[in-house]
Amino acid sequence: MIQAGVRALRRGAGLLWLARARSQPSTGAGALDACPLAISGLSVSYGEKPAIFSVDVEFPSGSLIAIVGPNGAGKSTLLKAALGIIPKLSGRVEVFGKSIDDARGNVAYVPQRASVDWDFPARVIDVVMMGLYRTMALFALFGSAERQRAMACLERVGMADFADRQIGQLSGGQQQRVFLARALAQDADLYLLDEPLAGVDAATERAIMDVLKGLREEGRTVVCVHHDLATVRDYFDQIVFVNVRKIASGPVEDVFTDENLQKTYGGRLAATHIDKLRVAAE
Amino acid sequence: MSQFVEALLLQSGYNAALVTIGAALLGLVAGGAGTFIFLRKRALVSDAAAHATLPGVCLAFMAMVAFGGDGRSLTGLIVGATLSAGLGLYLVEWIARSTRLPEDAAIGAVLSVFFGFGIVLLTFIQTMTAGRQAGLEGFLLGSTAGMLFGEAVTIAVAGCAAALALFVMIRPMTLVSFDPEFAATTGIDVRLTDLAMMALALVVTVVGLKIVGLVLIVALLIIPPATARFWTERVDHLVLIAGAAGGCAGYVGAALSAAIAQMPTGPIIVLTSFALFALSLLFAPSRGVAASLYRHRSFEIRVHRRQGLLAMARGEAIYDHFTLRVLRRAGLMRADGVATAKGLEAADKALRDEARWEIARQTHDEEAAVGRYDGLTPIEDVFTVDEIAMIDRRLRERTGGAH
Repeated sequence: MIQAGVRALRRGAGLLWLARARSQPSTGAGALDACPLAISGLSVSYGEKPAIFSVDVEFPSGSLIAIVGPNGAGKSTLLKAALGIIPKLSGRVEVFGKSIDDARGNVAYVPQRASVDWDFPARVIDVVMMGLYRTMALFALFGSAERQRAMACLERVGMADFADRQIGQLSGGQQQRVFLARALAQDADLYLLDEPLAGVDAATERAIMDVLKGLREEGRTVVCVHHDLATVRDYFDQIVFVNVRKIASGPVEDVFTDENLQKTYGGRLAATHIDKLRVAAE
Repeated sequence: MSQFVEALLLQSGYNAALVTIGAALLGLVAGGAGTFIFLRKRALVSDAAAHATLPGVCLAFMAMVAFGGDGRSLTGLIVGATLSAGLGLYLVEWIARSTRLPEDAAIGAVLSVFFGFGIVLLTFIQTMTAGRQAGLEGFLLGSTAGMLFGEAVTIAVAGCAAALALFVMIRPMTLVSFDPEFAATTGIDVRLTDLAMMALALVVTVVGLKIVGLVLIVALLIIPPATARFWTERVDHLVLIAGAAGGCAGYVGAALSAAIAQMPTGPIIVLTSFALFALSLLFAPSRGVAASLYRHRSFEIRVHRRQGLLAMARGEAIYDHFTLRVLRRAGLMRADGVATAKGLEAADKALRDEARWEIARQTHDEEAAVGRYDGLTPIEDVFTVDEIAMIDRRLRERTGGAH
């Protein structure tokens, strides 16, 4: 009878999840034939003004992809709409050939660091474990298995020594690493990151890029909203230019051109960016 | 005083004991359930819901009287309270969602309109013959008078249900409170979770109406978690400590109000709760005011000591009175301003460490370690003995080269 009660409670609490985790082992994106993320005709608006308009783009599997565009161009909106956490006006999003709600267990998201209140009562390890909530039985207390998984993720981002630190005491770069560790704990095949390199120190930038490149080596797909045009060539294989509409997308060597920069950023702004890139290249 | 002790020991009569236990249970559950209202920053919304219970209570009473009952059935009143609070919450959400008014305006409007309407109904009820003995005004500020055993049981049962719900939903609620966007991407229904949090608070509100009163019930939801926040950095502990603080305040507050005639229960419980809050605010380790003053002071002293030592080593005059005082107190300087032997040694070390840091910053790639150069962190805390020996070798080479 007690068991029946516990089962009923689990079902009750499961209501808070739209779709409970399926026992769906992560296989590495290479093993999955379907495109990790295919977006077609996607439009989203805040009020009467479209934030993104009729965007079609397919993200090839096993690659490291930058979404680039000026401020307010709808880069973050594109990610959030792809994740189905803001309502879309029109369009389709397919994740590994399925609807996003059926693929949640296979997608990890790193929001902008500034989007949360870091004075929240939690330790570093607690935040990383949040990446495991979905797959955990409701009544399972955090056992050593979960803790070990979370610690391994912290290890990967170089934050293992900070596991018991209060999150309010972290620097910006450390906060970003913790968010990345939480996404690693989700063990997904598609990673969507919103400006993971914004405002972090050089050591953190290197550490984060090492982890992201590692994910790519494992055949996973990594999509970053990125703001620093100077590092695009070094860091990414693929690029998507966005300014409300999709301007261009494809391999960095083909698409990262002055012409596309011009189209995305508009006349003067693009000229300054292009000049800076020239200087950086020389 | 002896009456208060008697009340604490549940010895001042059956009714007082019942109320004291009931208030303790209520405080316990309110603290726990309020934790997520606090973390999600929804205190004002839950206050609006509490005020919105009044017209429901009054209408339920009138309906029960109209159908020939005596109108005082707590269950009936609770149903009425829940319905009108639910309507109030819905209106707040609807106004904020579908008009351009900000949420705080919606909260203010709903709270005052519902409460005003409730007061009108209450005044009307008091002109009815059945209304005079109903004691509905006790719902405003709470009362210990005439609590029935059945009412205490209602509180206990609702409390257990709320505690169980809290236990089951603690993870989604934690995730939604910390990072709603991320929560949504893992498949949690954020709206439903918010609704569940508010429903828990509503349960506490309606069962607590009789004891604490609707005007102040929000304090029972918010003050205990705010108190607990001074003592912990973990959500699960926050829930437990908030529950304990709330239970404690309910118990002591109800005993106080039972001991002193004519004291309104609700306000006394709230003030007791506040006393716990004030103590935590002042004296909690690390987050408390005293601790942070102490930390700031000792930091100031470290800065002045270091600056003073460097000035001493470079033979510069020190004018800052606080620096002089710090150096004298530490026995680094005599009263006449001359450095002691200990002071000279410390000054040499300070200067040497500055030079070491300079080398370290030039030669070390390890940005994380070099990043800790702030003029205060002892170099031994950042680099190993071997590394420091290496730095010293470089230092000798350089000064040797200069000669």
